[in-house]
Amino acid sequence: MSALPQTPLRWQQAAIERIVPQTPRVVSVFLRTPLGPSEAGQHVDIRLTAPDGYEAQRSYSIASAPGAPELELAIERLEEGEVSPYFHEIAQPGDTFEIRGPIGGHFIWRADDGGPLLLIGGGSGVVPLMAIARHRARVAAKTPALLVYSARTWDEIVYRDELFDLEATDVNFRLVLTTTREARHRAHDYDRRLDRTLLREIMARWRHAPRHAYVCGSNAFVEAVTAALVADGVPAPIVRAERYGGSDPVSGSS
Amino acid sequence: MATRGFSGRPPPKEVAARLPPGQYRTDDFPVLSMGPTPHVDLANWGFTLSNGPKPLASWTWSEFERLPRTKWRGDIHCVTKWSKFDTQWEGVGVDDLFAAAGVTSPPPYALALSYDGYDTNVPVADLTGGRAMIATRFEGAPLPAEHGGPARLLVPHLYFWKSAKWLKGLRFTRKNEAGFWELRGYHIHGDPWREQRYTNDP
Repeated sequence: MSALPQTPLRWQQAAIERIVPQTPRVVSVFLRTPLGPSEAGQHVDIRLTAPDGYEAQRSYSIASAPGAPELELAIERLEEGEVSPYFHEIAQPGDTFEIRGPIGGHFIWRADDGGPLLLIGGGSGVVPLMAIARHRARVAAKTPALLVYSARTWDEIVYRDELFDLEATDVNFRLVLTTTREARHRAHDYDRRLDRTLLREIMARWRHAPRHAYVCGSNAFVEAVTAALVADGVPAPIVRAERYGGSDPVSGSS
Repeated sequence: MATRGFSGRPPPKEVAARLPPGQYRTDDFPVLSMGPTPHVDLANWGFTLSNGPKPLASWTWSEFERLPRTKWRGDIHCVTKWSKFDTQWEGVGVDDLFAAAGVTSPPPYALALSYDGYDTNVPVADLTGGRAMIATRFEGAPLPAEHGGPARLLVPHLYFWKSAKWLKGLRFTRKNEAGFWELRGYHIHGDPWREQRYTNDP
């Protein structure tokens, strides 16, 4: 559990440093903020204010590792969304908005939590897992870790190149991709839904029993994956889940 | 200060009046929980009211079903910022539950205890006076497991993490003992109209 703040989490100003397209539907928004240090897996709340005073709040997972020089959010564009299109169409470097956090003391991983570490993400649910993967690479690269990542297509795999780099240079980090609407591009990946059979096959190839499992994605994805893990003997108490909530679902946020 | 270029989609006045600060309306019913969904058979289901470690009363499913029933219709608010209007619930009112157990002057606080190990603290004053029930039906049908079935606490005037899913008991405590999320950055009370989301929010 996270050390509790002694004072309220105040709204503070965040300034956009740069915006980097990651996939056709996801941009990374790099921020300069006065927020305190984060844990890998936490989220922030943001608040946008219209000229008439109307405010909209959303939560977004932090993608950057604790201690990174900029705070990175990865924001998926939702066609019917009220807030996410702002970051895709309007926001520019230098723009400011309000932020508070970091928040959350459950879906987090610290180096002394150890491993083996199982990370399973669907779609933009990979975002908080990326913070954990980056943190692990930096401070605990000997901890065995497996990231199983389901995306619709090859082009919708967020952080694809960074993940391939990690896979190539880090002997203790394994990456398994599955694409659900397109054939796989690599022989050792998959191109079907992440069901119990596929998960069992992937776990058997990994040959580790997880000490901690983190599952993030849509509710249907998380429900299916967590049920499959438990059915195959992973103890429920080590499985942490984070599900998209709301009609304007946020990247992996509670 | 306005955010350059942001106009948003303010809801109509009648909707805005029902939305606590920072919330938006959804017609979905998003699912949020800390881990896998437990599936509890009705044959094995039990509910226990206790005072600290001391059990006061227990019910099997069929005994629980024979307690007086109550219904509630209204709005619910999740700390993740969605609100859902006009939800309909049925179950056993906490007042009726206490009466059935012969509890007349309960201690000031309670912990709601769940089958998956989750717990959350609620002042007893927020549970009594017709303000809370143990809900077993949603929108006229048995409560689905992913929404907390067989039975969940329903305290709709507080953020919905207080409405513990997969409820197995209520335990009275003399002190206000922080529960699962309350130990992990969330507010000790959780009144959405005061926007008590996180630890030490006013």
